[in-house]
Amino acid sequence: MTKRIWTAALALSIAACGGDGGGSTPGAMKGSAGAAPGTVTLTGAGATFPMPIYSKWFATYGQSNPVRVNYASVGSGAGIRQITQGTVDFGASDAPMTDAELARKPGILHVPTVLGSVAVSYNLPGLRQPLRLDGPTLAAIYLGTIRKWNDARIAGLNPGVALPNADILPVYRTDGSGTTFVFTDYLSAVSPEWKQQVGTGKSVKWPTGLGAKGNEGVTGSVKQSEGAIGYVELAYATQNQLPVAALRNAAGAFVQPSVESTTAAAGDLGEQLRQHPDLRMSVVNAPGAQAYPVSSFTYLLIPSQMEDCGKAKALIGLVRWTLAEGGDMARQLHYAPLPDAVRTQVLQKLQGVTCGPQRQPALAG
Amino acid sequence: MQPTPEQAGVLAGGGPRSWVRRVFPSVRHGNLADRAYAITLGAFGAAIPILFFFILLRVGTAAWPALQRFGGGFIVGSDWNPVAGNYGALPFIFGTLASSLLALLIAVPLAVGLAIFLTELSPRWIAAPVAFGTELLAAIPSVVYGLWGIFVLVPWLRANVQQPLASAFGDSFPLFAGPAYGTSIMAGGAILAIMIVPFISAVSREVLAAVPRDQREAALALGATRWEMTWQVVLPYAVPGIIGATILGLGRALGETMAITMVIGNRPDIPTSLFAPGYTMASVLANEFSEASDELHLAALMEIGLILFGITILVNSVARLLVWRVARRAGK
Repeated sequence: MTKRIWTAALALSIAACGGDGGGSTPGAMKGSAGAAPGTVTLTGAGATFPMPIYSKWFATYGQSNPVRVNYASVGSGAGIRQITQGTVDFGASDAPMTDAELARKPGILHVPTVLGSVAVSYNLPGLRQPLRLDGPTLAAIYLGTIRKWNDARIAGLNPGVALPNADILPVYRTDGSGTTFVFTDYLSAVSPEWKQQVGTGKSVKWPTGLGAKGNEGVTGSVKQSEGAIGYVELAYATQNQLPVAALRNAAGAFVQPSVESTTAAAGDLGEQLRQHPDLRMSVVNAPGAQAYPVSSFTYLLIPSQMEDCGKAKALIGLVRWTLAEGGDMARQLHYAPLPDAVRTQVLQKLQGVTCGPQRQPALAG
Repeated sequence: MQPTPEQAGVLAGGGPRSWVRRVFPSVRHGNLADRAYAITLGAFGAAIPILFFFILLRVGTAAWPALQRFGGGFIVGSDWNPVAGNYGALPFIFGTLASSLLALLIAVPLAVGLAIFLTELSPRWIAAPVAFGTELLAAIPSVVYGLWGIFVLVPWLRANVQQPLASAFGDSFPLFAGPAYGTSIMAGGAILAIMIVPFISAVSREVLAAVPRDQREAALALGATRWEMTWQVVLPYAVPGIIGATILGLGRALGETMAITMVIGNRPDIPTSLFAPGYTMASVLANEFSEASDELHLAALMEIGLILFGITILVNSVARLLVWRVARRAGK
């Protein structure tokens, strides 16, 4: 009897060790079960951040076109791995592929679809107006060199505001995410100390503070702890009506995150666009008086030469449609559509996609 | 004496199939149906070790760059910096063991006490619904535990346990040192305890119920009180099973991911206070794996998986030894 129980216990505990895969369940499998003949099925995998808008776009496009898209929101890193191994038709990532990653699979086009931004939220019950911060101050808070809310540097940015003599509790996201990438990219851009001590990444070594999982975890920790500060995606902050800080942008203006100020972050790139023809570029701390400084592109990763012309044409058609028609849908879901200058460049890039053994352009027809 | 075919095979230096025959003797015997039966079941039996081997092989291969680069320093290193490419697993190993042991400390007395109450003391009309309710806890998905943990358990612990303890004993007793933010090793241990109680209590209850009736009656006939009967007769009889149940709970606690990730605070430090945040091996895998794209980072995560694998095997082996020794001493 005991032996039997014991054996069962052993087997189960081994099973338990490997159990619970965690948060990366494959996302929505879109479309109806029985597709009409002639329907092209595209598979994609990658970033979780644009998942809501991608599902909306793919479903809407599928209603009037014979294209079905299975997009699995497995995370940007997994998306890059899958497109590198060629197991999906397209990948998606919040952060552009690094040179080393691109060297392993040359000929991946980076196609920006929308812009996202990261809002800085805080828990200061006495505060009536939005908190104002600038990049170096935010970096100092997350480095642990500014520890009190009534520090002179914060007070200097918020004249006439009574700030409490309370400890600051920085909250960060520990699940590797594009949100963390953009946030640390911004801090690296504005603070040499941050760049040297911590750097930019989807997972970094945080000098101080508390780690929480996902937007909901960060929000929970910030809401529960007076004096806490955290960062979440704009869409999440808007939907949950969190207090968000106005950040000083490169032009010196204090800007609150919004769909408009996020689009504005890519609106005045000019010279930078010419320097980065592949669009693998950071738009944090961008020029422009209306630009919100913690913004970034999210990308589709598309092979510049595809085997199957049917798939290539369907994919390019879909992307062109999202650029032309998808803006309003994006705005409704709190994503920022691309400004015209970037859109033109993306359309040009798509003309370079070829397919089949003859390498014919996928755009034709 | 005629050598049997097996012996003949051994004597002849072993034919290509002789080991198969020795491992699966029934392959040789009987009619076609019996052989098919033996081969099919043999294949089922082999499936699990083969699967085990391939998992080990795959994880080991993926972890190889990290093994090569850091060697044994990986286990004792405590710096985890994906940007700089430095990886050390000690904070995660510590966090996993600390939170699991804390969970056992809370859960074992609770679960065994519950099992004793249900089998020895409570009337049937109470025992059935309570047992059902406990087992229902096991059916709640761990992400629900995690969300409940972060929005209910953590604020409650902070206000009613951590902050009072930290302000009363924090200065003199490092285990209770502040500041108490709520998300902590303690919150992790508490949520794990709640999650493993159903497993431990369900198995313990079965074990206690399986103690033969004559053992109890003999004790009572000798004039033992109920307490003496439970404590001196029933429990010693059931101890190996209860240890097995505890290990089942420990295995679950070591591998638990979602719920603990949401409440433990996810800081790769080795805290000295119960109220400080920590990090577990399963949590760092869940957090960083999906977004990790550089090779060394992936390899480091894989090596953490390998270590978790190893710790689980170790824990199970030790437990098995323990059960075996206890059972032998009890003369069963």
